[in-house]
Amino acid sequence: MPVIATHDLRKHYGEVKAVDGIDLSISEGEIFGLLGPNGAGKTTTLHMLATLQRPTSGSAVVAGFDTVKQPLKVRQRVGMVFQEPTLDSTLTGRENLDLHGRLYGVKGKERPGRIAELLKLVDLEGRADDFVKHYSGGMKRRLEIARGIMHHPEILFLDEPTLGLDPQTREHIWAYIEKMVAEQHTTIILTTHYMDEADRLCDRIGIIDHGKIIALDTPENLCASLGGDVVKLRMANPTTKPFEAMKFVKAAEIKGNEVLLTVEDSSSHLAEILQRSDGVQHVELHTPTLNDVFLKFTGREMREESGEGGFLADYQASQRGH
Amino acid sequence: MGEFAAVQAIWLREFKVFTREKSRVISSMASPLIWMVLFGVGLNGRVDIATPPGIDYTAFIFPGVLVMSILFGSIFYGLYIVWDRKLDFLKEVLAAPVSRPSIFLGKVLGGTTDSLVQAALLLTVGALVLKLINPVFTGISPVGALLALPIVLLVAMSIASLGLGIGTLFDSFEGFQVIVSFLAFPLFFLSGALYPLEGLPAFLTVLTRLNPLTYAVDLLRTLLLPGYVAQISPALDVGVLVVWTVIMLGFGTVMFQRMK
Ligand SMILES: Nc1ncnc2c1ncn2[C@@H]1O[C@H](COP(=O)(O)OP(=O)(O)OP(=O)(O)O)[C@@H](O)[C@H]1O
Ligand SMILES: [Mg+2]
Repeated sequence: MPVIATHDLRKHYGEVKAVDGIDLSISEGEIFGLLGPNGAGKTTTLHMLATLQRPTSGSAVVAGFDTVKQPLKVRQRVGMVFQEPTLDSTLTGRENLDLHGRLYGVKGKERPGRIAELLKLVDLEGRADDFVKHYSGGMKRRLEIARGIMHHPEILFLDEPTLGLDPQTREHIWAYIEKMVAEQHTTIILTTHYMDEADRLCDRIGIIDHGKIIALDTPENLCASLGGDVVKLRMANPTTKPFEAMKFVKAAEIKGNEVLLTVEDSSSHLAEILQRSDGVQHVELHTPTLNDVFLKFTGREMREESGEGGFLADYQASQRGH
Repeated sequence: MGEFAAVQAIWLREFKVFTREKSRVISSMASPLIWMVLFGVGLNGRVDIATPPGIDYTAFIFPGVLVMSILFGSIFYGLYIVWDRKLDFLKEVLAAPVSRPSIFLGKVLGGTTDSLVQAALLLTVGALVLKLINPVFTGISPVGALLALPIVLLVAMSIASLGLGIGTLFDSFEGFQVIVSFLAFPLFFLSGALYPLEGLPAFLTVLTRLNPLTYAVDLLRTLLLPGYVAQISPALDVGVLVVWTVIMLGFGTVMFQRMK
């Protein structure tokens, strides 16, 4: 039994089809990533699942309850970390958590202990009694994450959870997310623009654009779907001739003084490729990443840029042009 | 009950915010005192209204000024919800497993508590000021002041509901001036806060009788000013205020349920 199941879920704002027919099935203990460019419909999807927005049509069952028919039942079982700040800045960090606990029915006896535990987790013990308006951006984000998990939700929605956090804190939060899943079988849906985050955490990834899921699989399979690694050869006289007969070369292309090859299992075949080609001055090997997958499906880069991405980006852009 | 705990949580939050915004408390005290001293004293003895012996004009308008401060305080408290929504803080509350009526009730109770504290302070300070200005004034009796609090409660509750309900319709502060000009000021000036109800032109008589705050001002005068003769029967005053408050609570609840 999936803990989240949507059927042709849609949300239209006048002409804008923010979410345009999404079918999802997510099982218990899964970490599911929603990746997509700005305005793709990620936040809208999460909001509908958390009963904060009413679908235009279609339906969603979350934790066993229909989001439209029994919203309060759903809300008791889910946690939400919003994309934009939603803390009460006139209260202290501790008071924000206390308010949340009361709203979600965490018992008075358990609240102080749970609050202390969470403050420790996000490293805010020392600042717990300062007003939130005096917190830095990263401190606020950490407090929001702590708040989202305070009532032990069965399902946790994280909308760009680690935006603006330093590497150490991100690592901390990731570790805790993994622990929650391992120990409490919490199901997690997160949106992110960070490749490393998606890679590290997600069991499956859905790529969404213009309100539609356009690819859905494990990170490994998504990367594999690109057809293999890319081998870049700089040659004196670039030619694709020698590679045409090779079965493991899926595509070959000349670009300036370089030849770009899409190669299955490149590590075992690199030697043969080099043997058969003349005048190779420089070789580069690139294994596809989620960024490349993202680029292929949406035509855009993920937020975190690496040097290599640029090379493959050009390559794939030209492939699409064919 | 989860809903009860939630009402309590929101109530507590509002009260904390109130006690932390010292400038709000101070200004809510300052403006009624300015009215009493600068407006009331200025007109003392110059306006020819039949007040009972011992009640000068300043004392006469004191209950009206009290209602004014609750009126403006509560309406702004309600409209403040626009700010909460703008800052997205309200999202956290609206996402909780709590029904909208409970959220609304928590908010109303928070605002009402703020008003009661303000009213208690104002009654104390006001009584001293009145005595200073006019030594002949018999003074506000402690019983009268205590009985005034439930009336303050009804006014605060109804106006906070009205403000919250209207606040759900706005997503910015533009338009606020319109509400102040076309709602708060008429409610104040048509309540008989500054003049007696008898001997008014017919249209003003009708308008003042349609204004629920008229009944609050009249009742508060009866309770606070020894020797003042009620213009409307206290039973009718209480009845009108209770019905009005129930209607406003209903209005606010419906508006909260419709709020996106
Ligand atoms: N309340 C609204 N009224 C009108 N249009 C809206 C509303 N909320 C969202 N939209 C539109 O719906 C689309 C999807 O928005 P959404 O916030 O879900 O995107 P997103 O994938 O979360 O983007 P981002 O990465 O920028 O957070 C956008 O075109 C947006 O303009
Ligand atoms: Mg978003």
